[in-house]
Amino acid sequence: MELSEEILNRVEKKNLFAVGHRACGGCGQALAARLVADAAGENTIACVATGCLEIFSSPYPDPSWRIPFLHSLFENVSAVASGVEAAYKVMKKGPVNIIAMGGDGSTADIGFQSISGMFERGHQVLYICYDNEAYMNTGVQRSSFTPYGAKTTTTPMGNKTRKKNLPFIAADHGVPYVATATVDDYRDLQRKVKKALTIEGPKYLHILVPCPLGWGHAGDLTIQICRLAKDTGLFPVFEIINGKITNVVKVPIKKPVEEYLKLQGRFRHLFKKGVPTEVVAEIQTIANQNIERFNI
Amino acid sequence: MLKYLEGSHAVSQVVAMCRPQVISAYPITPQTHIVEDLARLVSEGRLDAEFINVESEFSAASVILGASAAGARAYTTTTSQGLLLMTEVLYCIAGMRLPIVLTCTNRAISAPLNIWNDQQDSMTVRDAGWIQVYAEDNQEAADLHIQAFKIAEQTNLPVMVCMDGFILTHAFEPVDIPEPQEVDAFLPAFKPQHIVDPRWPRALGLYADPRFYMETRYILHRALEKSEDVIKQVSADFSRAFGRPSGGLIRTYKLENADLVIVTMGSVAGTVKDLIDALEEEGKQVGLLQIGSFRPFPKQAIYRALKDKMNIVVLEKAVSLGRGGILASDVRWSFPRGERKGRVISSFIAGLGGRNISTDSLREMVERVCLEPVELDFLGLNKEIIAERDL
Amino acid sequence: MIEIRIHGRGGQGNVAAAELLANAAFKDGKYAQAFPSFGAERIGAPVQAFVRIDHKPIRTREEVRQPGYLIVQDRYLIDTVPVLDGLKPDGLVIVNADTCPEDLQLKTTATVATIPATEIALEIIGKPIPNVIMIGAFCSITGLVSLEAVQRAIREKFPGKMGENNVAALERAHEIMQKGKGQPC
Repeated sequence: MELSEEILNRVEKKNLFAVGHRACGGCGQALAARLVADAAGENTIACVATGCLEIFSSPYPDPSWRIPFLHSLFENVSAVASGVEAAYKVMKKGPVNIIAMGGDGSTADIGFQSISGMFERGHQVLYICYDNEAYMNTGVQRSSFTPYGAKTTTTPMGNKTRKKNLPFIAADHGVPYVATATVDDYRDLQRKVKKALTIEGPKYLHILVPCPLGWGHAGDLTIQICRLAKDTGLFPVFEIINGKITNVVKVPIKKPVEEYLKLQGRFRHLFKKGVPTEVVAEIQTIANQNIERFNI
Repeated sequence: MLKYLEGSHAVSQVVAMCRPQVISAYPITPQTHIVEDLARLVSEGRLDAEFINVESEFSAASVILGASAAGARAYTTTTSQGLLLMTEVLYCIAGMRLPIVLTCTNRAISAPLNIWNDQQDSMTVRDAGWIQVYAEDNQEAADLHIQAFKIAEQTNLPVMVCMDGFILTHAFEPVDIPEPQEVDAFLPAFKPQHIVDPRWPRALGLYADPRFYMETRYILHRALEKSEDVIKQVSADFSRAFGRPSGGLIRTYKLENADLVIVTMGSVAGTVKDLIDALEEEGKQVGLLQIGSFRPFPKQAIYRALKDKMNIVVLEKAVSLGRGGILASDVRWSFPRGERKGRVISSFIAGLGGRNISTDSLREMVERVCLEPVELDFLGLNKEIIAERDL
Repeated sequence: MIEIRIHGRGGQGNVAAAELLANAAFKDGKYAQAFPSFGAERIGAPVQAFVRIDHKPIRTREEVRQPGYLIVQDRYLIDTVPVLDGLKPDGLVIVNADTCPEDLQLKTTATVATIPATEIALEIIGKPIPNVIMIGAFCSITGLVSLEAVQRAIREKFPGKMGENNVAALERAHEIMQKGKGQPC
């Protein structure tokens, strides 16, 4: 089912994720959730994993969701969404958009088993990962999405591992549509949501969502930080369609990683009196590798 | 040395002094400060241990199972959902007789999601073959860990130290933190018995068909029963070495002349003691029996303490849905059939999901049970938010 | 037993305030207990913290329902959260506000005091975290916890320059309450 360019490019504002939730000021995830819900539209069921989004959007008795919302546990959102999908199939109800949403943990760690199963079985579910690069809801502990060098409460000297590459893992499961996005480019994000929902089978959308509290920056810098994540090459934006990398967002004038790192408290320890330590050089290498690999 | 600090920090400092060699934990509120502290101590080189940041509690328990089976002193901490996620491994650890210590920062269980305190989590796994002890305050929470490693390694049974989440973990109060050499003197190095080591090849974790399985369960059950003596002994040794009472099977407060006895466990015991003193000034004699060790269930100690007490009320922070009080059930069973007549044992469920237990509501509970027995009730229930048909 | 309840929003250092007060009382040779009542870690959400101070060990764990003292770190909470609930009729409520106590029009018979804590915090510490100023005002008015003990508690918790800035803010608050200088009215 193809959507016209007009519809794909149209910015949606339906307030399906209502105001009045309890997210921190400047929360990237809250912004992303709103954009996703509006892009998906009313005919959508949101299965959400335990995490920041679930906590700030669904306290009894005031959930913010104007579309159906289902929350169970931290590690099983993909399996739960699979169940909803199977039910709709057997009852011959629908079509309906089934979206599974989760953060670092429910995507790549505690929920890894579950997402792999959903991808492998090929359920008609769009999985949206809100990547804020740590377990923010429980107080900023590291996840397998925590980037190299970042300080968290369980990596107080700086994280020593590289980000797990979920987009590629999804593609290797045979997921026909995989994409990354950042919350500053709302047009691109909504377009990818709409496009994904037209495709048969499982889909994976990985959205970078800065967390002012956990990353250590002012709430009004969320958008700028997203832009720098892209402009440094640290967070490449692309699609993988049927296994092929495509539609890479190019960056004509790259920025050095320092500009991105210096804005965030979680990287402050990488600078001694303003002078970058060698970890910064290592992070620059990671950025350069991305630039080359994706031809950013 | 007497320090003023948060419960979690007291626990992490004392656990570090117990020299665990492998620590693996997955962050979950309200245990996070313990995990973060230990991670920091290891990364700063102040604790010589492997700290494994795993992807889930199931893996955390599995990592320390492996570590313990390889002969290392192993530790983890979790709560609520995390404890339930590792339940399968908990049974495995007990069945394999691995002397692991786990801190359970008691928290309510989903659904609905609730991050605040109650004891449903540890109650859920009470049958798994672990020793379960409950702390009254942060001093005891810290002290119980030192005792726990000793008890575990003497009995080859895993020990779960339970402390009320938020109420104790996030409370600041004075705690006497021992010196490392004091802990070393009390807790010798771990001497594991059955490990995987090419020097002495052994197979651990076999499967047992109907000819053998039942006997393994019997042996485990008896081991738990016999551990009562070890728990008592270690508690006595601790008191002697550190100069304060701590742990043990049960503790009583103003029981002698009590007309009514409140039986409970965990931090609410403190609130109950304040109430008992206030009631005493008003001429009412109420006593307290605190459960220190819930598993093994100290049936005989309870019976001896309460055999002349005819009005008892059990106050607990968990419920067996569809049945009633769990602790109440166990307490009722402590009295032989012939001695149940005329004895009233009321059951109150309180504090679920972090609901505040006020002295006022406890007072009401005391007044009610002094008038009539209460088979089962939920303390401080807000009936206004319950639909008529659900009452 | 003295019972204090602190109201604020996440990010204003409510739990730290409770901790510092209790630690200071401990340093003064008293028994003290401090604990929070909050949800998940979130900036801006209403938070309560409780402090008990006594001459004998504190055993109770219930929340403070009838405080003798209230510290309100965010005055706008008064409109949305029942901040004054249970306050003893002859108690004291200190509000972070840049207005006269009367202008707050609080429905209480307790004593009301105000101090522009956020402004002072921004000036001396550089961040809008009012907690040590509120503590300074509390110590000054009530004398229940010594300023010297709070200074030591602050230095223990906050190393180096941050500690010194916080101590300076504490002292400024004390000065204002003592001399009436810098108070809104």
